Amino acid sequence: MNEGCVGKVYPPTAPYEVGREKIKEFAAAVREGNAACWDTEAARALGYPDIIAPPSFPMVLTLEAEHDAVHDPELGAANQNRFVHREQRFAYNRPIHAGDVLTVTVRLAGVDSVGGNDVVTYESTLKAADGEHVCTGRSTFVIFNQEGGDVP
Amino acid sequence: MTVETAARPRYEDIEPGFRLPGRTFRVERKDLVRYGGAACDYNVIHWDDRTAVAMGLPSPIAHGMFTMGLALGVLTDWAGDAGAVVDFGGRFPRLVPVPNDGVGVELTVEATVMEKLEPPRLRLSVAVRLGGSDGGKVLTMPKTIVALR
Repeated sequence: MNEGCVGKVYPPTAPYEVGREKIKEFAAAVREGNAACWDTEAARALGYPDIIAPPSFPMVLTLEAEHDAVHDPELGAANQNRFVHREQRFAYNRPIHAGDVLTVTVRLAGVDSVGGNDVVTYESTLKAADGEHVCTGRSTFVIFNQEGGDVP
Repeated sequence: MTVETAARPRYEDIEPGFRLPGRTFRVERKDLVRYGGAACDYNVIHWDDRTAVAMGLPSPIAHGMFTMGLALGVLTDWAGDAGAVVDFGGRFPRLVPVPNDGVGVELTVEATVMEKLEPPRLRLSVAVRLGGSDGGKVLTMPKTIVALR
C-alpha cells in the first residue's frame, strides 16, 4: 500500500437523509428496543426532535464511504473486496435523528500490515446540513491478501 | 408508548463496580442477513458459505457491528435512552462464525460501571462472549461512555 496516502481526505459524500423507517429497520436488526428509536412522542419526551438512531447507526453511512476509499487506486490495497472489521469507535456530539441530512468526510488515518494482510484505519466525520458536527468514527479494517495472508 | 422516566437509573445512585443486567442473544444466519440489509453491508463474508470456506472459515461470520449493536442495546435499555451512549469503541479479537443450521450461536453481553466521570457521565467496560459467561471474548469495549439524565 502507498503510505504516502496517509492523511488523504476524500470529498464529502452526497447528503444522506435519515428516514424514520430506516431507523426502525436498523433498530429491529440490532434488537434495539428503546422507545426513542420507535416512537416520536417518546423521543420528544426525552428532548429529541424526532426518533433517534441506535448508537451504531452511523456505520450505515461510514461503511460505504470508507469502502469507496479502500478502492482508491492511489492507495493500492491488495484485494479490496475481502476485508473484515477489526476495530470501531464512534464519538458523538449529539444523537442522529430522523430528518437529519448528513454528509461523511473520510480521512485515511493510517496504514499497516499484519500477518501478510493490509490494515487500514479511517477517520470519518459526520456533519448535519447546517455544518453541525454530529459524530466522528474511527474504523480499522483488515484487507486479506489472497496470496497467503492469514485469516485472524 | 410512554417513557417511564422513573425507571431510568440516576447518576447519583450508581457506584463503580455496578454490573448492568446482562443479556444473551441467539444469533442465526437469518439475523446476519437482516442486519446486512438494514446496515447496507453486503460483504459476502457475512452470508456466503463458499466465500467463507475459500477463506478457511467454517462458515460466514457475524458483522462486528452487529455484535456491537446488540451490546449497545443492553446499555441503552438500562439507561432508558438510546442517545445515552455518547462514546464507544472496541476491538473484535475473534471472528464469530454463524452456521446456517437453524440453531446459530449465543452471544452474551456483560457490562460493568468502572468509573464515575463528570456528571452525568459514567465509564463502562463492556464485553461480548461467544456462548455463555465462560466463552471467549469476541468484542471488548473498555471505554464506553454513558451519559445518564
